[in-house]
Amino acid sequence: MSQEHDALHTRTLCELRQGLADGEFSATELTEALLARIAGAGEVLNAFITMTGEQALATAADADKAIANGDMKPLTGLPLVHKDLFCTRDVLTTCGSHILDAFVSPYDAAVVERLGAAGAVMLGKTNMDEFAMGSSTETSYFGAVKNPWDLSLSPGGSSGGSAAAVAARLVPAATGTDTGGSIRQPAALTGTTGIKPTYGRVSRYGMVAFASSLDQAGVITRSAEDAALLLGVMAGFDPRDSTSSEEPVPDYLAALSRPLKGLRIGIVREHFDEGLDADNEDLVRAAIAVLEQQGATTVEVSLPNLDLSVPTYYVVAPAECSSNMSRFDGVRFGHRADNPVDLMDLYCRTRSEGFGTEVKRRIMTGTYVLSAGYYDAYYLQAQKVRQLISQDFKAAFEQVDVIAGPTTPTPAFALGDKMDDPITMYLNDIYTIGANLAGLPGISVPCGLVGGLPVGLQLVGPHFAEETLLACAHQYQQLTDWHRIVPGDFA
Amino acid sequence: MSLSKDQVKDIATLARLTIAADEMDDVVDKLSRIVDFVDQLQAAPTDGVVPMAHPLNTCQRLRPDTVTESNERERIQANASAVQDGLYLVPKVLD
Amino acid sequence: MNTAWEVVIGLEIHAQLATSSKIFSGASTAYGSDPNTQACLVDLGYPGVLPVLNAEVVRMACKFGLAVNATIPSRSVFARKNYFYPDLPKGYQISQYELPIVVGGELLITGDDGQEKRIRITRAHLEEDAGKSIHEGLGEYSGIDLNRAGTPLLEIVSEPDLGSAKEAVAYMRKIHSIVRYLEICDGNMQEGSFRCDANVSVRPRGQTELGTRAELKNLNSFRFIEKAINYEIERQIELLEDGGEVRQETRLYDSDRNETRPMRSKEEANDYRYFPDPDLLPVELDAAFIASVRDTLPELPDAKRQRFLADYGIKQDDAIILTASRQLADYFEAAATASSAPVQTVAHWVIGDLSAALNRDGIDITGCALSALQLAGLLDRIDDNTISGKIAKEVFEAMWSGEGSADDVIEARGLQQITDSSAIDSIVDAVIAANPGQVAEFRAGKDKLIGFFVGQVMKETGGKANPRQVNDALKRKLAAP
Repeated sequence: MSQEHDALHTRTLCELRQGLADGEFSATELTEALLARIAGAGEVLNAFITMTGEQALATAADADKAIANGDMKPLTGLPLVHKDLFCTRDVLTTCGSHILDAFVSPYDAAVVERLGAAGAVMLGKTNMDEFAMGSSTETSYFGAVKNPWDLSLSPGGSSGGSAAAVAARLVPAATGTDTGGSIRQPAALTGTTGIKPTYGRVSRYGMVAFASSLDQAGVITRSAEDAALLLGVMAGFDPRDSTSSEEPVPDYLAALSRPLKGLRIGIVREHFDEGLDADNEDLVRAAIAVLEQQGATTVEVSLPNLDLSVPTYYVVAPAECSSNMSRFDGVRFGHRADNPVDLMDLYCRTRSEGFGTEVKRRIMTGTYVLSAGYYDAYYLQAQKVRQLISQDFKAAFEQVDVIAGPTTPTPAFALGDKMDDPITMYLNDIYTIGANLAGLPGISVPCGLVGGLPVGLQLVGPHFAEETLLACAHQYQQLTDWHRIVPGDFA
Repeated sequence: MSLSKDQVKDIATLARLTIAADEMDDVVDKLSRIVDFVDQLQAAPTDGVVPMAHPLNTCQRLRPDTVTESNERERIQANASAVQDGLYLVPKVLD
Repeated sequence: MNTAWEVVIGLEIHAQLATSSKIFSGASTAYGSDPNTQACLVDLGYPGVLPVLNAEVVRMACKFGLAVNATIPSRSVFARKNYFYPDLPKGYQISQYELPIVVGGELLITGDDGQEKRIRITRAHLEEDAGKSIHEGLGEYSGIDLNRAGTPLLEIVSEPDLGSAKEAVAYMRKIHSIVRYLEICDGNMQEGSFRCDANVSVRPRGQTELGTRAELKNLNSFRFIEKAINYEIERQIELLEDGGEVRQETRLYDSDRNETRPMRSKEEANDYRYFPDPDLLPVELDAAFIASVRDTLPELPDAKRQRFLADYGIKQDDAIILTASRQLADYFEAAATASSAPVQTVAHWVIGDLSAALNRDGIDITGCALSALQLAGLLDRIDDNTISGKIAKEVFEAMWSGEGSADDVIEARGLQQITDSSAIDSIVDAVIAANPGQVAEFRAGKDKLIGFFVGQVMKETGGKANPRQVNDALKRKLAAP
């Protein structure tokens, strides 16, 4: 292999795009290089459920023809991977679950369609917490994903496979989904950049539903610039999704260089309490200081109902999921129990065999909070608290343009660490959940290392403020190198 | 507020899930912890607050009444485990 | 009728809305296709698919609401009704719960006492239909066909204002008529596009508290509904008079045995866990939209009936029959307007010969072999004496078989009435001359024999002599010389 090819896996998406345009290497060479890397160095991480090498090479060959014809689309020849929650036509789509472990989707998700239409090359489907329910990618039927920074640690979840693949430089970019933090938290724990757009910004068509009013598709990349490139392709109205927004899609790349001078940054009083690891806090504050040096100002704001966000989420999300999971019954697709004696047996055994513990737990929680006699006290009450939390953000955004703070309370934790008590695991999402409840966009960028492990800075903005978030993140990344640091084993 | 075994059994039935006898205690324990945890919501000051069903304040878009889907039965039914004469099979249901 | 007991009935009618595509997907709603050839991924509840609301469904629901003087709230919400059944692919039905699209409403029926009775409508809401199960011919399996899954339904719920099976049927017929007038539902009960469940209870007369009710399902004809409800009323009364209690349960009507029995699969109580569907946003309708729907409302059955009575002076019973369907009413009106014949004659022919021919061939007015104008043409020829009423029936049958217009048939078969008095006179003379015995009897007082003479003249003329002229001529010539 030539010198250039050795370096291919270290480049960002934007750099690779330039390289392809310059004819420095071909799309086929690029795809081959990454497939080899995944098969070699990447094996240990268990980041993938399905590889689509043959298909990828065919797409790359088409890309090379297009490039030769001067016919480049925004993502022509650029490799990426999809979280296995996105339906991919004629390709296994498992959602990390036994109940779909042989399910070949008959259609493409909107996200897959759009990225594909823009010329992207799909290398495979990444491992994830089962049906996106988890914060450590340990609930996957296909085994846990390992954090490239330390193989005994979790990469976070539910988009752990996507985050690990990008962090280990196996691929330059990966799609993910975020319902309570499932893009931002793994991004923070793996030293990558992860963005969850405003609810409704990206179509949910073909993204298997976990909690419909909270789920949103996004990306995990190495830089805000790469995220801007991909978001520009993914975002936009889709008539097949009733919750899809008709808000026009701006040019995110063009917005990256917006000056930070005058930007008002909110520091949330409630973020900085004893729940936040002291070292994390120091790095986050230092990151904010960098932004201040560029002319941003900080204002203390309050989100008084912050600590109710986790319990609110753990009523609303399970409720919606309990209903969304009912379609998995073995009748039309997916795992089916052998020789059922009657209908009840078909349903109960199919679902009990097919779903893992966490999924069953959330289905039951959801069933309980929606059931007669409990609906008002739990589900309805949670929707009201959700309103309060949204109002808190709205009030804060009257004083500030973005809220900056920690993405997670601690760096990556050990695999197996939090599996005994669900609540301990759930509390990991304390800083990220609010944005999902209020439908707000959020981004996490690397801002330092604690004990050699990455820490994330989170920026949250008002609805459709992706440009501000990306600009802020991009300029921070122009001034710092945290996002360039690669875990030792994967340099 | 801890859940009883009977409550958990009822919930499992509603959700069409089976809990093995040796798992029951653990399931009851974990679910009870979750319910205890979310009980914090009871104290929240929600008088007069409108429940939020959707994060964005928009209304339902309507689509025109046109047929856009064609018959793809064979392709789609390739995913089903038990099909006969184009019908999905289930254990016989008595009405 | 048992006067110790009062009957309380509420009806839940499911009308399939006559759209081309489903309520939440673009699959076809056409009836009768091969299993699962009209079930797209959305209808099948595949992972990742999402519902999008059909505009026509909203319009149709509004039309109904306006036609029954209901309120169309500016905001209505879809909710998930969660339960497991093989014909329900998602494991939940998208329906409406707390905020339906139509609230309130009423219509008038003729009550048991012959008086006008106002029946209140509680609400009407939109929901998706489930698929169908086939239980025969598959051994130990049932087969599921999801073509019907996702077809739009309007569920119309009445207050328990109905007091008898007859009233229930009257109300149901009224709703049936209205939805067909509005062209929102074809009302085809055999195909399942118009279905009815009845909630029936009894209570001692004078008691205000409602008795326990049973829900009757599988009522797919007007006749069955009446029989089923009557059976159920008797069953409940007998049970209570024997000291028993009525169980709140769902019962199926068995038309072969004319009885209701408990439905097995619904025995466990279901907690539907309704909550607003997060995949759908609230439907918001403004005054301008509602006004635009109101503009498309046709004249409704009651109004049309009143107008027919006032403008055409036909009998009440005839008006009811003629306005039972909008198409029949339009047909009648078109014929009456086009024809110079008296309206009474037009009504008589539409209700009589035309309806008989439609029934005989098993078709409805929309498939009628004769257009309204063609019928008018026939009636004109009776009116202008070209043919007699009797000959007209022959012409009608010929027209029905496709032999052309009235004039074509009359010409081709030479059926023109003989109206030439001298011709009639000579035939009458001939008949009189040929039947001296009957002439004598007639002159002796046997007046009934006029029929015999008319018959003889008609025989001679192949039925074509103008009956009135024949009668006059006979009377003249048979009078004692």
